[in-house]
Amino acid sequence: MGTQGYTLAELCITAAAEAWRHDGEVLATGIGLVPRLAASLAKRTFNPALLMTDGECMLVAEPVPVGPRKNGYVPSFEGWMPYARTFDLLWGGKRHAMVGPVQVDRYGQTNISLVGEYARPKAAFLGVRGFPGNTINHANSMFVPNHSARVFVAGEVDMVGGVGYNPARWPDGRKPAGLDLRIIVTDLAVLDFQGPDHQIRVASLHPGVSFAQAQENTGFPLAHPTSIPVTRAPTAEQLDIVRTVLDPHDLRASVFKGNPPGVRQGAA
Amino acid sequence: MLDKRMSLADIAGRLRDGMTVGIGGWATRRKPMALVREILRSPVKDLTVVAYGGPDVGMLCAAGKVKRLIFGFVTLDVLPLDAHFRAAREAGALECWEYDEGMVLLGLRAAGMRLPFLPARGGLATDVMRVNPFLKTVRSPYADAEELVAVPAIKLDVALLHVTEADQLGNSVILSPDPFFDELFARAADQCYLSCERLLPTSEICSRDKARYNPFERSLVTGVAEVPHGAHPTASVPGYGIDVEHLKEYSGATGDAWSAYRAKYVDLPDHAAYVEAVGGAARVEALPAPVF
Repeated sequence: MGTQGYTLAELCITAAAEAWRHDGEVLATGIGLVPRLAASLAKRTFNPALLMTDGECMLVAEPVPVGPRKNGYVPSFEGWMPYARTFDLLWGGKRHAMVGPVQVDRYGQTNISLVGEYARPKAAFLGVRGFPGNTINHANSMFVPNHSARVFVAGEVDMVGGVGYNPARWPDGRKPAGLDLRIIVTDLAVLDFQGPDHQIRVASLHPGVSFAQAQENTGFPLAHPTSIPVTRAPTAEQLDIVRTVLDPHDLRASVFKGNPPGVRQGAA
Repeated sequence: MLDKRMSLADIAGRLRDGMTVGIGGWATRRKPMALVREILRSPVKDLTVVAYGGPDVGMLCAAGKVKRLIFGFVTLDVLPLDAHFRAAREAGALECWEYDEGMVLLGLRAAGMRLPFLPARGGLATDVMRVNPFLKTVRSPYADAEELVAVPAIKLDVALLHVTEADQLGNSVILSPDPFFDELFARAADQCYLSCERLLPTSEICSRDKARYNPFERSLVTGVAEVPHGAHPTASVPGYGIDVEHLKEYSGATGDAWSAYRAKYVDLPDHAAYVEAVGGAARVEALPAPVF
């Protein structure tokens, strides 16, 4: 991929970085390669105030690159964030996480536990992890590398781990104060929750992708605003930072099969 | 003079069928794996296990020791999923109390505080409430009248922890970057047992500089076993990192392959034989600290 073009992975990273643009001084947590690079890019460029860890328990002033590090590399530590403190922080609401759920439904409810029945699942995954506490306490976004009706399911997700905009489940039918779902970056589009009653809406389509294509691969109706922009291309500065600083070993090349270009064939 | 030194077999011998056992550490970090293997060799069964789960949970599942699991996740970090936990769960062999991670924390803290529950938001509006029908909510008695989860105390019969250094009195230090929730496990338990990398005189553990790394007071500790490399194949930093190669062999040893893994690494005369089986002390100590 030359400097003129960019890959789909690079497009997703820059699109996902936007999640943290206006957050100010919150803990940015990106789970998985693309969310982590996106949070790192946001901190390295338009929101340096973000708190970030080294992926373990140290706060760092500069994002830590992914993959093998140069001999003698020492992260620029600025504090300590062990797991116990992470809970104290997140209960206070000052965090924005981006996660990769196995299933997402029309309400934005998420699942990483299992597929099938709870007592004897067809496939057991991790468990709800911190999703219930995260989603009721602070902002959350998502990265879905395989936009399909298998992920964006028609009904509710098989095990609701992450809270969504589903009043039937809310205590007393009132929206929990901390519930704040922001964006979903997929391989086809950027979605948000700005449709009527927080309906999931297409915020932008990646170059060469149509609304129909996004809708066909989604198990529920997507809101269609009057006009849908094309997802903004990465800038030269962003590409340079991702390629040379944050991901020098090009781990992002393995996110999508064949490492496709960001502009799909046939697109203008 | 107090002397809480015990052997691994002595500690495993304190477990009884049906007990609730909390295991410290986190996923693939500072798990008391030598104690877990000792449990595998013992006749104890029908355990309720409480953990931020890694191969400790998977191994106990593979050996059929777990009746009920109270957890937020089971993962091998570098490998997202533990095949033995998956197999047991998909076979319907486990009773799962699947909690939010913060609920596990609060349940342990409530037990340590001798409270019946602590309130939380995490869990509301999710299936955590549906799949654990015994969970109840409480309403704030104040003007907000907010409905909250009453996270019930998770009282432990036994806590099993792996620390960096300890003395024979039960004083300990955890020199790893993150102490995780070991303190809460210790406080929630009637009996707390430590394995440690090094058993040292008190003066070498509790200097003014190192006392900052003392996770809890010795009065919580029932027994201590010196077990160098006792967290392998999980990490005990400083000392050694995660043995990714071994975790792959372990997680790949499902079905018929489990008995071969067990013969090679579990059914051994002692911990020294285990360290030899995994390549020797020098190999373990050369495992790099994990980079996340």
